[in-house]
Amino acid sequence: MEALVTQIANRHAATEGGLLPCLHEIQAELGFVPADSLTIIANAFSLSTAEVHGVVSFYHDFKTSPTSPQVVQICCAEACQASGSRELEIGAFSELGVEFGATHPTNNYRLERVYCLGNCACGPSVRIGNDVHGRVVLKDLPDLVSAGVKA
Amino acid sequence: MTTRVFISQDTTAVAVGADRVATSFIEQAKAVGFACTVIRNGSRGAFGLEPLIEVDTAHGRLAYAQVAEQDVSSLISSIDGADYEHPKCVGLVEDIGWLATQTRVTFARCGEGDPTDLTTYIELGGFVGLSNALALSPQAIVDEIKASGLRGRGGAAFPTGIKWQTVLDTPNEQKYIVCNADEGDSGTFADRLLMEADPFQLIEGMTIAGLAVGAKKGFIYLRSEYPRAQNMLESAIVMARKEGFLGENIRGTGHSFDIDVRMGAGSYICGEETALLNSLEGKRGVVRAKPPLPAIEGLFGKPTVVNNVLTLASVTSILSDGGAEYARHGIERSKGTIPLQLAGNVKNGGLIEVPFGVSLRDVIMVWGEGTRSGRPVRAVQVGGPLGAYLSAAELDVPLTYEALSALGGMLGHGGIVVFDDTVDMAKQAHFAMDFCAKESCGKCTPCRIGAVRGREVLDRVVDNGATENDLILLHDLCDTMEQASLCAMGGLTPLPVKSALDKFPEDFNIEDSHYEVAV
Repeated sequence: MEALVTQIANRHAATEGGLLPCLHEIQAELGFVPADSLTIIANAFSLSTAEVHGVVSFYHDFKTSPTSPQVVQICCAEACQASGSRELEIGAFSELGVEFGATHPTNNYRLERVYCLGNCACGPSVRIGNDVHGRVVLKDLPDLVSAGVKA
Repeated sequence: MTTRVFISQDTTAVAVGADRVATSFIEQAKAVGFACTVIRNGSRGAFGLEPLIEVDTAHGRLAYAQVAEQDVSSLISSIDGADYEHPKCVGLVEDIGWLATQTRVTFARCGEGDPTDLTTYIELGGFVGLSNALALSPQAIVDEIKASGLRGRGGAAFPTGIKWQTVLDTPNEQKYIVCNADEGDSGTFADRLLMEADPFQLIEGMTIAGLAVGAKKGFIYLRSEYPRAQNMLESAIVMARKEGFLGENIRGTGHSFDIDVRMGAGSYICGEETALLNSLEGKRGVVRAKPPLPAIEGLFGKPTVVNNVLTLASVTSILSDGGAEYARHGIERSKGTIPLQLAGNVKNGGLIEVPFGVSLRDVIMVWGEGTRSGRPVRAVQVGGPLGAYLSAAELDVPLTYEALSALGGMLGHGGIVVFDDTVDMAKQAHFAMDFCAKESCGKCTPCRIGAVRGREVLDRVVDNGATENDLILLHDLCDTMEQASLCAMGGLTPLPVKSALDKFPEDFNIEDSHYEVAV
């Protein structure tokens, strides 16, 4: 892990405002930004560990503990609310068996709320990996998720 | 001769099945020996018609709407047999009413061809604006923008020419062009659509901005929820560099400009320009106090133009056709066209580019054909999560910056979210406070604490109805947030809350006497 983080951090430290791209790449490689990587990143960017922690903790995308790299997001913003996302939000646990923010106990994915996927004319929207699905109704959610998520 | 067939690769088109239709089309065409080239174009934004298949014919480009996989086989036979008759046929693209009644300027090219094909872009009038700009002085470019009356399309509607003038007049070796592509407002997708359907236009607009103010470096700050737009922009940037439209010595003129795409990380507040700049610098996306204006001390402390995707894209047609031509559209101080985004509970949602001044009712009832649920419209939120809720009695408002603001609302980025009569407005007010509490950057107290207290009050109201004290406290919190917040997030969150309360008091379980006391 150390060698990988050092290599990524050094590369991004040379570019303008490279910290976010650096964190994105570390997360893409490791699935999260480990606590013991913060000092390595801080050294590469000439920042304090606290400053790097501050950045990591500010953004919803960065995770600090191991989690599934596969994400299922249900849009809970206004345009989707207007077309029925509140039912998806309320029924997700009973249909999928996982709470928001948690990783599914047996199937390899994390469930999250998201606020707008830009598919507002054909909501409610669900994103599985990089695929957005439109006009999703609660009863179709389990099949949609199992088709989109790898074991 | 092979027939060209167009099937969109836009996020929404794919979300309603365009990929499956395209795969099936290619497989079945091959199986029956129908010679065709399937081009994955951008969307025209008529999302009620997607998946839309367009076919080049001797009569023009024919369209087939809402195509499902089971339609593909019969569709191929009708095209192959050149009779083109099919239940899904909606006639020539140019005659589709939903599109023909619009005034497409910025979105004119969207859906015409492969978004990353530079030759198509040039054939459709691309880079004319840039080539005109290359022959002009920086001041002449800025003057053209001023003449157009263009105001920032991100939501704040600040005059673009004045912003550019400030950056031009601030001497510095290093200046930046920053494109705000952090389109986080629910109900908006115009930036996404444009980046996915016509990415070269944004590249061209940013390059013109660079020439105008003397900047050689641009960043596109794109939200991580838009992976397709990221792929499209990155491919387009590589192509533009290869053909000399970007990078060192653009088209041999000695001018240089280059663009990097930077991904956000799931923070709504980073759509606020100063938070965005901090995020681009690799910091927490915390709002900065103004002054100094970003135009004077922006990214890394250097003079910076921060403009929305649509603002920068509009610049290309202003430079190709002239500022006066652009200003011909629109009314009063709302010049040009506005790309509206019709969303939520609506039958035919999508992107509607029209001159300013069209009425909200026409947008919802004529283009949208009413709600998807078939129930009556009860509330409409215009301008994103920070915009006011309008009641069904207010639908005749003309869509201009001035008219919306006179109603106590705002046009913002042009998002229109329609709700039917099943909506619970107390829950919508609760959501506005909840969202602000979740997404506040935390720098200023009215927003950081006010939204949390506001959510607590509305928790009680949603559960038990509003008491007199709840209403007094809620109005107090809203006033404090409005007047004392550092940026629009805290300052405008009271707009949806108060408009919901004022226009739909029946949803808050309040007695009239309580309400009068509070107001």
